[in-house]
This record gives sequence, structure tokens and C-alpha cells, in this order.
Amino acid sequence: MKAKIIVTPKKAVVDPQGITVLKALEHMGHRGVKAVHVGKYLEIELDGNDKEAARKALDEAAHKFLSNPVIEDYKLEIE
Amino acid sequence: MNFAVLQFPASNCDQDCVHAVRVLGHSAKLLWHKETSLGDADAVIIPGGFSYGDYLRTGAIARFSPVMQAVQKFADNGGIVIGICNGFQILCEAGLLPGALVRNRDLQFHCEQVFLKTGNFETPFTGKIPRDKFLKIPIAHGEGCYFADEETLAKLKANNQILWQYCDESGNPTDAANPNGSLLNIAGICNERKNVAGLMPHPDRACENIIGSADGKFIFESIIAALQNKTAAKAA
Repeated sequence: MKAKIIVTPKKAVVDPQGITVLKALEHMGHRGVKAVHVGKYLEIELDGNDKEAARKALDEAAHKFLSNPVIEDYKLEIE
Repeated sequence: MNFAVLQFPASNCDQDCVHAVRVLGHSAKLLWHKETSLGDADAVIIPGGFSYGDYLRTGAIARFSPVMQAVQKFADNGGIVIGICNGFQILCEAGLLPGALVRNRDLQFHCEQVFLKTGNFETPFTGKIPRDKFLKIPIAHGEGCYFADEETLAKLKANNQILWQYCDESGNPTDAANPNGSLLNIAGICNERKNVAGLMPHPDRACENIIGSADGKFIFESIIAALQNKTAAKAA
């Protein structure tokens, strides 16, 4: 099994990396880019095939450790 | 007084903190992150640096180290803990202080002298700071922009937990004096109980005039006085 976790900055947190990338995209001539949010992507390889148990365990890990709920949101997918 | 200065892989201000405490005539010992006990420490300093390479997030991995479990207990029992720079980030990650530190708004690493306005003189970290003094203390960080949601900021204000704000030389907390975009110009805060504090500036690098400023001493002297009062109260 593989878990994929995408961590993004919360909308209320100013994301200077996202703003800088947005400006660079505009500078390169890309039109219509409304906003950019720079986050992280974690790929976790797992033993076994109990997706629900893995989801429960990783949900806790994502909340406690892999993301910081004060400043970040995360999305968890298991495949 | 005995200070425990924690040491994580990639701490790099541990020796500065030990030196600062010794300059003030007290003792400090280094405590490796795998230690599970703080021994006879009267107070804990979590120094600056890049613990665990700042991997994942600043302070995110250090908070789970064995020594931090001991610090958590120590703080729960009312022990005095101060986190400087990366130490502040670790305390926020550990939930011992509210909020979080994120990337500086201009994405640059700032290494410069700043001025700090003290917001509450009735804490173990600020008691010895002269009332009319704006502390000149250096910063050196890339992720020192303080963030907390509005509810948390309101609580910090209501409980007088904002200990230091970035200000200009005359004590005005202006946007121009804010080096990193911190909300409310916050440079340092304490917990509700006022026994745990964190700040991004380095008082440990400002304890001798020969290195540009000795204003950092006021913070360490405040902690020492608070510890001495505690000891005196216990003996009485």
C-alpha cells in the first residue's frame, strides 16, 4: 500500500513562497494565475492491505506530526 | 542556579547559552536530546540552531525527543523554560506555547540587531528589565514570522502574554521595525501560566558589550531573580 499526503498552508497564513512563485509565473508571461500555494507532498510506503487501519493511523500522524494544524491543512489518500 | 541547556543534532547556540549563563556567574550544563531526566536543573534553556536540519518543519522533530518529554513534565510542574530562536519554534511545535513560526515574509534570512519593547514586566523573564529600556538584541532566522489565529492573538493580549514586540529605537512597534512579518510585531511570548517563554531574538548573543550589546543580560537576570525568589519562598 501507499499513502499520499499533501500538506498546504492554511489560507489565513501568508505564504510568501506562493506569492513569489505567482509573481515569477506572471513574469514568464503566464496569464490568469489567481494564486499559488506552496506545500509539501509525502509518499509513505506501507506493509499490509488494511486500508482503513492505515488511514486511521496516518490520519493521527498527519494531525500530530506530519502537518501543523495551526498553519497547515492536509489531504490523505491511500492506494 | 543550575541551567540545563538542551542539545539536539544541529543545535548551534548551545555554547552561546552556556557562555551567557556563566558570564552571569551561574552554572549551565549541556543536556543531550536522548536524556530522559533534567537532573537537578533549576531552569531549562532550549537554544537556537537547526535541530534535525529543520526537516519537515522547524522544531517538528525535536519536540518528540526524549528530553522534550522531560521538559514537558518540568513545565507542567511550574518549572521555568525559555526557548530562543529554534527553541521558540520547538516550544510552539510542542504545544507548550501557542501559535507557530513560519517563513519570513520576504523569504530572506535576517541577521541583524533589532529593538524590543517589553509588554509585561511581571514575569520570570522580564522582571529585571528596566521599564524605560528598549532591548537591543540580534536576530538570526529565516522562519521567525509569528502566526496565530485571531482567537489566540486575543487571548495573548488579554492575558498579557506578549512579552516582546519588534520596535524602532524609540519603542514604536512599526511595520518598518518588523523584520519578518510577525503578527502584532510579536518577537516573544509566554504561556498563560507565565513559566514558559519563547523569543526569536538571541539574548544569549547579547550579554557582553564587546559583542555589540549586553541587553540580553536583563532577560537572564530576570530568570535568575525569579529562581532565587522561588528558592527563598521554599526555604521560608
